[in-house]
Amino acid sequence: MSTHAGTRRVARYDVRLALGALVVVAAWFALYRVNGPFWDRLLFDVVGLDPATRVGETVRFFVFDTTKILLLLAGIVFVVTVLRSFVTIERTRALLGGRREGLANVAAAGLGVATPFCSCSAVPVFIGFVAAGVPLGVTLSFLIASPLVNEVALVLLLGMFGWEIALLYVTAGLLIAVVAGFVLGRMRPDRWIEPFVFETPVGTSDVAGPRPTWRERTQMGREEVGKIVRKVLPYLLIGIGVGALIHGWVPESFFVRYAGRGNALAVLVAVLIGVPLYSNAAGVLPLVEALYAKGLAMGTLLAFMMAVVALSLPEIILLRRILRPPLIAAFVGIVAGGIVVVGYLFNAVL
Amino acid sequence: MRIQVLGPGCDRCHTLSRNTSEAIASLGLDAEVEEIDDVIEIVRRGVMATPALVVDDEVVSAGRVPTADHVRELLVAHM
Repeated sequence: MSTHAGTRRVARYDVRLALGALVVVAAWFALYRVNGPFWDRLLFDVVGLDPATRVGETVRFFVFDTTKILLLLAGIVFVVTVLRSFVTIERTRALLGGRREGLANVAAAGLGVATPFCSCSAVPVFIGFVAAGVPLGVTLSFLIASPLVNEVALVLLLGMFGWEIALLYVTAGLLIAVVAGFVLGRMRPDRWIEPFVFETPVGTSDVAGPRPTWRERTQMGREEVGKIVRKVLPYLLIGIGVGALIHGWVPESFFVRYAGRGNALAVLVAVLIGVPLYSNAAGVLPLVEALYAKGLAMGTLLAFMMAVVALSLPEIILLRRILRPPLIAAFVGIVAGGIVVVGYLFNAVL
Repeated sequence: MRIQVLGPGCDRCHTLSRNTSEAIASLGLDAEVEEIDDVIEIVRRGVMATPALVVDDEVVSAGRVPTADHVRELLVAHM
């Protein structure tokens, strides 16, 4: 135990860690600033591509966007992981246990964003929440918000479209999670839940041991950045690649004619395409950026992205172990319906 | 020493099993990693955030994937 107190004392005055962090932050901002000018010089001055040609434009879009998105991704995943190391799923459960539906749905949606949570833990979390007296609708609000309001998507939107769109996305995501959880809670969902969920005796172990030190928190952040980058890189490269092709080669009128503002079904079709599509925010957003530049409406694109990240087949298969088909159908239907409504709303307002 | 990895069979759980095996080997322990992927069993231990590492029925890590070095420390701390 004395060794723990020792490390803790060192960690509190960890000057080297703080200096290291400062250097990394400065380097990050420098790289972000230099990204555009660097590629312009390399491609157009050194390699000799012509920025006015399609090839030049496509290549520039690809390398510039890849660099920018990787930088944003690394930065935000690190910050979010460190922040989330202060929240645990056990604490979240304690906060939500025994609350009545309504305001608790709002809290659950917010905590769904703040709590570190991997969708592969959806089933143990569900059972654990129910055992602690968290109402079913509130538990569902948590489970909907967690993938829907996603830090990767938030940062990419921030980097590509500015804070207004990013804020709109977070608000819409939270709103969908609150309303969908509340509506599902009103449908007496307990009849569609496998009985073993209520019968399982749930242990109470106050896990996770001692509070992590700052060194451990930054360590977690670094590990998570490596993991996420490795995981999303293939999606990202494909997304940016297709985005670059659209950017350079597809005429503007093409998408506007089929999915522009004039098409009343655009949002609905976007969501129907997005739900079965299994990708992640980093793969979808480069596409969204390229399509936006081609004149597609923002509401349609946001709805598409949300449909892709919120509902995924692997998660639904996991949930099927505890939820019966009628509840799975209601879950998917209500979340998808919420996304459609939000899409039309944005198209009407923006 | 009884060492168990709790998780529903996702990538992160397998990584933790691997890291734990590595840690056991490097410590020269006579123990094996037991993987528990039954959700009911996981919940019964009071674990919600997977993957979790359990040593002699005590949960020593949950919701993250500690590196082999870190697992080593956790095991040493438990001995």
